[in-house]
Amino acid sequence: MTNLGSALPPPELARAPEGGAIGPIQTGWRLAAREFAQNKLALVGLVVLVFFVLFCYLGPFVYHGPLSSNLESTNLPPGAGHPLGTDNQGFDVLEELMIGGRAALEIGFLSAVIGMVWGAVWGAVSGLAGGLLDGFLMRIVDVLLSIPFLFVVLIVAVRYGASVLGLSIIIGIFTWQVPARLVRGEVLTLRVRDFVSAARAAGAGWFRLTNRHLLPNSLGVIIVTATFSVADAILAVATLGFLGFGLQFPTFDWGDMLNNGISYLQDGYWWQVYPVGICIIAVVMACNLLGDALRDALDVRLRRR
Amino acid sequence: MSAYLIRRSATAIVVLFGVSVFIFLMLHVIYPTPAIDVLGPHANKFSIAQWNRQHGFDDPWVVQYLRYINQVLHGNLGYSYKLNQSVASLFHERWERSAWLSGVTLVLSIVIAVPLGIYQAIRRNTLGDGILTTGAFVTYAMPDFFLYLIAIDLLAISFPIFSFEGPQTTSMISIIFDFRAMTLPIVCLTLLNLAGYSRYMRSAAIDTLAQDYIKAARAKGLPERLVLLRHLVRNAFLPMITLIGLSIPDLLAGNLICEAVFNFPGLGLLFYNSLGNADYPILLAYTLVGAVLVVVGNFVADIALTVADPRIRLV
Repeated sequence: MTNLGSALPPPELARAPEGGAIGPIQTGWRLAAREFAQNKLALVGLVVLVFFVLFCYLGPFVYHGPLSSNLESTNLPPGAGHPLGTDNQGFDVLEELMIGGRAALEIGFLSAVIGMVWGAVWGAVSGLAGGLLDGFLMRIVDVLLSIPFLFVVLIVAVRYGASVLGLSIIIGIFTWQVPARLVRGEVLTLRVRDFVSAARAAGAGWFRLTNRHLLPNSLGVIIVTATFSVADAILAVATLGFLGFGLQFPTFDWGDMLNNGISYLQDGYWWQVYPVGICIIAVVMACNLLGDALRDALDVRLRRR
Repeated sequence: MSAYLIRRSATAIVVLFGVSVFIFLMLHVIYPTPAIDVLGPHANKFSIAQWNRQHGFDDPWVVQYLRYINQVLHGNLGYSYKLNQSVASLFHERWERSAWLSGVTLVLSIVIAVPLGIYQAIRRNTLGDGILTTGAFVTYAMPDFFLYLIAIDLLAISFPIFSFEGPQTTSMISIIFDFRAMTLPIVCLTLLNLAGYSRYMRSAAIDTLAQDYIKAARAKGLPERLVLLRHLVRNAFLPMITLIGLSIPDLLAGNLICEAVFNFPGLGLLFYNSLGNADYPILLAYTLVGAVLVVVGNFVADIALTVADPRIRLV
């Protein structure tokens, strides 16, 4: 996982509030939100991500309209009518970027949701159960973490073909292990806390215990992991498309655009390669920035509580 | 120590068993029988059924698993009917080239990352640190193939200094000395590794710098050079041992995309070509090798760390 956050807390955190004024008592989440809002890089990440969501989903309504190919205007350089030129099939690159980003964002989001839900349940059950079952469930996590995830995604994509839903599921299957471990760790520390004992004493069953007490309290860990896993999923999909085993024609995909573009690298058609690459980097970087910031913000919350 | 060793080995063996079951089940579901590849696409279902029976492909899957694991343990990784060659011999032809590419990369990355990370830790939050951090962050977010494309576009097409593809000979000697063809893959892979390693080294060094023994060493008047060499580097390097252990799987199985882009005739390119052929015995054998290397790498990393760091031997 990325380890790019500041390793030391920023100095202003160590200082007492100025003037000794103590505001209203902040609850954990509000405190985390404030920390987050003070982090400029996080806001940059958030803005970039929001921009790309709007760009991909609303962009085509503003710009051009339905994507169509025109075989009389292939490989046009950027110019009037086509700000980013056209590709080898006469598709407008800018519009292709908008449509192609949808697949990346959808797979990133969907696989993260699948991975997080599965991982949270698995980790909570494992941590609560303890003993043999815990050992068994965690060894399964170890096994899946050892399998090179990209290889399996590639093999499955070759065998069964790639679709947005299929890729989300297969990437999700290799995403839940890390949150499972983290949630288990959280549950192990939470379950000996007084409020959990109190809930137990009040007769709460394991479902209520998990649902009401353990999972909400490990939500921070889950959210941070989810952000990073969106970035990982987008990179994986791009790689798949680039190698030529990703989403096929009626679906547009950034990786696939790059795959087409490299055939023309030698002809100097840079607009078919660089804009796509920059889009991928921007989205992935935005997710990483957001993840780092969330981790810092939620850590602060845990530290101050 | 020996109790830890035994416990750690037991876990590794359990995980290896799980990995083998997983790969076998994948093979079983995706490619249950090579009958079609042996008998040809026009074989009727009776001859396929007969072939399956003769070769044990309709046995219960537990029996098939035992047969599979027996073969794997004897070094037989399967047979590629598409290339008509055993997977083990295909790997044997190519593994040295992949190992050379990744080995050089690994050594270069460590040699560069350690001083770089320490420099950044000492000068943290200065301009130099900021530039390096930003560079690492961008490289980290970059799909690796995009870096290869930029490198090829710049240094092989626009300014044709290096070759746009890897060496195409099969002799190890000429690969080692073919700098024109090997420079771009090695430099790109090193840059990608550096993005992670230098960050890791930087935060390890920052943590170490905050320790009391560094203050004590400075307080007793030890020259700064010796503080860094004797106290900082040796302690900050410990987390790197784990990182190196975790990089062991990359030695053979980490260059899939790099080899595919540069057309470098190693294991990764074999995997890429097998994807196009839908040659599942090769694909799954490669996945198995990769997974086993991950388990072994984790194991070696843990053991090496206990050897290097007496403090955690007490556990």
